[in-house]
Amino acid sequence: MERLLDVLREGLGLTGTKEGCGEGECGACTVLIDGEPTLSCLVPLFQCEGRRIETVEGIAAGPARDFLERFVATGGVQCGACTPGIVITAWALLQRNPAPSREEAREALAGNLCRCTGICGEPDR
Amino acid sequence: MIAAVRPRSLDEAVRHLGEDPALVPTAGCTDLMVRGPEALHRMDRVIDLLGVPELRGIREVEGGIEIGSTTSFSEIRRSAAVRAAFPILAEAATMVGGWQIQNRATLGGNMANASPAGDSLPVLLALDAVVVVAGAQGLREIPYADFHIGYRRTALRPGEIVARVRLPYLPAGAFQAFRKVGTREAQAISKVVVALAGRIEEGRIAELRLAAGSVAAMPVRLRAAEEAVRGQAPGPETADLAGREAAREVTPIDDVRSTADYRRFALERVVRRMVMGIAG
Repeated sequence: MERLLDVLREGLGLTGTKEGCGEGECGACTVLIDGEPTLSCLVPLFQCEGRRIETVEGIAAGPARDFLERFVATGGVQCGACTPGIVITAWALLQRNPAPSREEAREALAGNLCRCTGICGEPDR
Repeated sequence: MIAAVRPRSLDEAVRHLGEDPALVPTAGCTDLMVRGPEALHRMDRVIDLLGVPELRGIREVEGGIEIGSTTSFSEIRRSAAVRAAFPILAEAATMVGGWQIQNRATLGGNMANASPAGDSLPVLLALDAVVVVAGAQGLREIPYADFHIGYRRTALRPGEIVARVRLPYLPAGAFQAFRKVGTREAQAISKVVVALAGRIEEGRIAELRLAAGSVAAMPVRLRAAEEAVRGQAPGPETADLAGREAAREVTPIDDVRSTADYRRFALERVVRRMVMGIAG
């Protein structure tokens, strides 16, 4: 069963979307499907027909540019494997709630793991 | 190469399933996609239920609410009707995976996948849900208490799918509670998960449904504990009794997430605390 993740990375060369665990635990492969954060490692390609898929490349080229600059300025990257997923999820949260509380941010990002332990700072960015 | 059948109506879906009961029903795919390459390879045909409108959404009906099987946990936790009448189901929905999983994972998928650790399943037991099942012969109803019949086995017959779940409203003044014990607050598979609902009459427990996950081969009602405290006044002794009986009647196992001993211990504590929390 072909995964959306592989089609993005290998088929389309959009390697901004990372594969972390490949089993829905880490959030590194998060993309937006019709605006909703979704794990692309768990989405079979056949369910993507007619859907709008946005990857980190897409939002970086568009309205999220300033938001991404803040990640860079505050050192939101260490190894970087989790960062695209965190960017996507945080961006999706801000579309719904422009001023989330720390608790709301923590909950929204709970499905994005960071092995370098930078996760604790993410809700502050 | 995997061919997906993508029906656009319930009639079309059950017709396909009637003709080929080996089709694997899928919705959010969050359980299916982690079965590993070999399992996915063996699964040569799937039927995608996400495009079937009759299976999706939350409706208020006479005496309760109905939740379509492909309704996501995000939709459930956002639903005003669910939050008002069944806050423990909304709470369980927030405990399934993280945001991304909740956007895809469905109530019917949680049921049909029938993991003993499914977070929403003890809630459905405590709320005395009724499952509406669709097949080539039409619709039939199964009390949710009879739905799980063994480890990852359900009362669904070949070619049948879960269409929706009906939750009858609790009587005025009823209590309900939910508690999940996992490694962390999000994105954790439960070590123990417990739900209860019931009502007090004249200072005594008149009705109690107590259910747990991750403590047996399937989600279970804790009937010995229920029986032991029926007619008792809520309080420390009743809570102790419920916890003890619950720990005695379950059959947890050791696995990668926890041990049988810890699960039994945690279940006793959680049940005791939840029964203590019943307002008198």
